[in-house]
Amino acid sequence: MSTEPTLPLWEVFIRPRVGLHHKHVGSLHAADSVMALHAARDVYTRREEGDSIWVVASKNIHASDPNNAGENFDPAGDKIYRHPSFYDIPDDVGHM
Amino acid sequence: MTVSSALLHSVVQIADDHLILGHRMSEWCGHAPMLEEDLSMPNMALDMIGQARALYNYAAQIENKGRTEDDFAYLRTDREYKNCLLVERPNGDFAHTMLRQLYFAALMHPFWEAMHKSRDQALQALSFKAIKEISYHIRHCGEWIVRLGDGTAESRQRMNAAVLNLHPYTAELFEADEQRLEAIEKGIFPEQAPLKAAWENTINSIFYQAKLEVPDTTYSQSGGRRGLHTEDFGLLLAQLQYVQRAYPGSKW
Repeated sequence: MSTEPTLPLWEVFIRPRVGLHHKHVGSLHAADSVMALHAARDVYTRREEGDSIWVVASKNIHASDPNNAGENFDPAGDKIYRHPSFYDIPDDVGHM
Repeated sequence: MTVSSALLHSVVQIADDHLILGHRMSEWCGHAPMLEEDLSMPNMALDMIGQARALYNYAAQIENKGRTEDDFAYLRTDREYKNCLLVERPNGDFAHTMLRQLYFAALMHPFWEAMHKSRDQALQALSFKAIKEISYHIRHCGEWIVRLGDGTAESRQRMNAAVLNLHPYTAELFEADEQRLEAIEKGIFPEQAPLKAAWENTINSIFYQAKLEVPDTTYSQSGGRRGLHTEDFGLLLAQLQYVQRAYPGSKW
């Protein structure tokens, strides 16, 4: 088997079931979005992993720069009050 | 001729179509041109073999002589297989394989759709599962054929070659022998003429998008429905049956 260099790369997102959100599961090669959806169905939903598929051309994904990780993410580190963990939840509210 | 012998005969024909086409498709496993298709083609093969199993089980039940699905699949001689010749044609290149699958799926889609109203309850029940699988085969193979036919000079040439090679085997899809006619008469199997019209519709629409021509030829090959197969069929059976013949009844 050889990798076909002319076929673009696609990122695949699967939604496990209605009400949940699509999650990134991997990538594949395909000529266009229609074929990418077929391939995603065949590669990533063989074991009933989901009921909806998104594909996005990998070239359209823009990533944050790992070199900026410090300035991007560290400032949130000391703002623990943003976590809603300082409230007493009455027992009869149940799972939140 | 009893209704059950006509039914048995017709069910075995369809079961054989599915087993043999599924086997051919499975030959691609590990050899596909890309990883994505290496999963897709065995997927289709498993759909075909799954349907073959259901049909053989039903045939065994109709026959009621203690045979099992394995007896039908592995322990008959070539003349006892009644599949159409199209499904036993060798894989050739990827274009051939996609076209062979489309030609067959374009028949089975209207077939299973009509079977939703069959007077036979077992076949009716099977039709609802089978039609979903076959719909995907039409879509997947059709999309490939459009892209290959309307693709590069080489893909177009290969697609055209596949059409010229395989088209003569399509007329046999619509043949009906005495037993099949009996099954049609009894409302168990669908009429052939509407199947042919639906098949032509599907093929014409995909060929139009793929910029392919339906060959203007009346030459056709048939014989499979009577057990008269092509030379390639012997090799196929040898591989298909080898384990069961060498180690009869073995389990693992």
